Amino acid sequence: MLRTWRQRITITDIFIWLIGLAIAALVIWGTIATLQQGKYPGSVWLDLTIKGLALGGVYALIAMGYTMVYGILKMINFAHSEVFMSGPFTAVFVAIGLSKSGFLNKQPVISLALILLVSAGVSTLIAILLERICYRPLRNAPRLVPLITAIGASFFLQYVFRGFYGSGTYGYPDIKALDHSWTVGGIQIYATQVVVIIGAIVMMLILFGIVQWTKIGKAMRAVSEDKEASELMGINVDRIIVFTFGLGGASAGAAGILYTLLYPVVTFYMGFFPGIKAFTAAVLGGIGNVPGAFLGSLILGLLESVGPNLFLTGLGIPSPSQLKDAIAFIVLVLILIFRPTGILGERISKDKA
Amino acid sequence: MYKRLLIVISAVAILSMLLSACGTKASTYTCTDSIGCVKIGPTDPIHIAYMLVVAGPNAALGTDSRNGVEIAIDDAGGKILNHDIKFDGEDSACSADGGQAAATKLAADPTIIAVIGTSCSSEARAGEPLLSAAGFVTISPSNTAPDLTDPSSPNHYAGYFRTAHNDKIQGKAAAEFAYNFLHLTKAATIHDGSLYASSLVQVFADNFKQLGGTITLQTSVTIGQTDMSSVLADLASGSPELIYFPIFMPEGAFLIDQARTTPGLENTKLMVADGLYSPDVMNAAGASVEGVYVSSPVVQGAAYDTFVAKYTAKFGTAPINIFHAHAYDGFNIVKAAIEKVAVVETDGTIYIPRQALRDAMAATANFQGLTGVLTCNVSGDCANPIIGVYEYHTGAYPPILIWPTEYVK
Repeated sequence: MLRTWRQRITITDIFIWLIGLAIAALVIWGTIATLQQGKYPGSVWLDLTIKGLALGGVYALIAMGYTMVYGILKMINFAHSEVFMSGPFTAVFVAIGLSKSGFLNKQPVISLALILLVSAGVSTLIAILLERICYRPLRNAPRLVPLITAIGASFFLQYVFRGFYGSGTYGYPDIKALDHSWTVGGIQIYATQVVVIIGAIVMMLILFGIVQWTKIGKAMRAVSEDKEASELMGINVDRIIVFTFGLGGASAGAAGILYTLLYPVVTFYMGFFPGIKAFTAAVLGGIGNVPGAFLGSLILGLLESVGPNLFLTGLGIPSPSQLKDAIAFIVLVLILIFRPTGILGERISKDKA
Repeated sequence: MYKRLLIVISAVAILSMLLSACGTKASTYTCTDSIGCVKIGPTDPIHIAYMLVVAGPNAALGTDSRNGVEIAIDDAGGKILNHDIKFDGEDSACSADGGQAAATKLAADPTIIAVIGTSCSSEARAGEPLLSAAGFVTISPSNTAPDLTDPSSPNHYAGYFRTAHNDKIQGKAAAEFAYNFLHLTKAATIHDGSLYASSLVQVFADNFKQLGGTITLQTSVTIGQTDMSSVLADLASGSPELIYFPIFMPEGAFLIDQARTTPGLENTKLMVADGLYSPDVMNAAGASVEGVYVSSPVVQGAAYDTFVAKYTAKFGTAPINIFHAHAYDGFNIVKAAIEKVAVVETDGTIYIPRQALRDAMAATANFQGLTGVLTCNVSGDCANPIIGVYEYHTGAYPPILIWPTEYVK
């Protein structure tokens, strides 16, 4: 028994475990040292947690696009970050127009709904066009081909939008109705944060509902289990794939509006970092798995927000906030080493895995 | 066979000798300049290029400078020494990479005599070695990093001049404003890793400490960062009364916006520098921009008012940034130096010796410019600046001058 066990473990395994243990020890040591220093009062941690949850909620909505497409086509749609950018970058003009006419502050709910609709609409359209033009002709090509196409499409979309709207930055106008805050437990909670967190949860529930309890959601799950069999059962696979891309696009467009409530500046390259973070979150939770993407996103948002100050301050590292991306990606590496299928497990059919 | 070929070759040789003899006949000037001369034919234009940030998030900075040069060209009647002026250039993106790419393109064009640029100090650090090696003179309307004109620094190159102030002056003024005018004693600084920001915060911190203040934290953000919550929490733990972050767009707007919602920083004063004196800051930071201080040179006077009127008439907007007058002066210093050193032949051909042009620029003294009376030194500083501090108000651009009080109208 011991012998077979010893035979199975290689030098690489030991090495990887040592790296993992070292990082874990560093994190624990840093955390204890930071808390002992007492540099930050409890309210700071609470504030960072709320900001992290809001950011995580946005990541979750973007991650849906990656995870649903992966579930069905087994490909990573790297152009999804541009699908995310296209919505808010277009809707900013609607927002500026509404703000100039004064409608935005008179009817904030209708205005926000309109902005959301434009953003989600544009993103959906871009996602569907992407599928039709870039991926459908390559559906039976080797797996690397659509991946490279995705990268190309990503650059193409970025520069098309740069051509459309210019290379400058645009700012979303302030919404007076959201310029409000409550004092809870010694910290200020801002209306924008509440709207983002609640909005993200509601949209996640809607998405989850569509996938779990509607007929088309059932078809989506069937296609992701076995494409050929579901075709034989009379499911129009092309339609399901288009629907999946559209749904992912709509949720990315909606995420874009929530994102601009937190960071109200849009540019043509704004999609890159949120896109890559959402992809990380999807892998963290288990790609192809809808609740997994949600969980992974919240964990990633929290780690990014709380992590630098909690883990690194105690170690005496100057300007820890610059290392927040490093923390996010180290977590990804650790997950891939110790649990390659993600926290909740990859949910894909056996024969394709 | 060989005989016939020999005849053809010798005929060609004789013909070319005759032609070249004709060519040299008109010219009596031989170039003795150590780094060469530019020959401009009787109908050729004088080529002056720009290397400014005219696209992207900081486009206002460079576009404004380019507009200043265009007005200077109009004022010159579009001509130097009766030759048309050819004015074109490259976007340098306000980054080291962009500066290097733009400089590589410009350096490959031997017709260029002078470059107006760069906008950002990082561009100059990466691009100036190439422009200097190509023999150009460069005059920057907005580089302010002290290194660039410090002869002992590796970032200093021959042929580099600037009409912008040196940050040794801007950083000192900011510290004096904070300590003497606002009576604040605890400040923190943030830079973004760029040459401009990292040197400016250092000058500020040194001067602030010298005056008797304390610096609670010196930290940094990365370019492209949107979520500033952890760096702001870090700053808040030292409870500074003022945060000084002389960086660029869009990170500056994110910091302004998010500082207001960070516990412990609600009432902390925010101060930025000339890199964030732009209408884009107003658009991006919204209502949070109220009360943010920004340091920038004070340019006043009747000549400047005339210039602003021309600018408004030509571009349909009031100046969108602060370095238009510096660019105007920069172009005119180049023009004056060209007129001083150029050798004009009877047929209208001009020779411009490049090293002599550099020397003439460095010898510029008591030049009456829009930004003051300018005198250049050998290391490249031409400015004679007065630094003021302005205050942003929501929905009202430009910001209002509040210090030094003797210049407040």
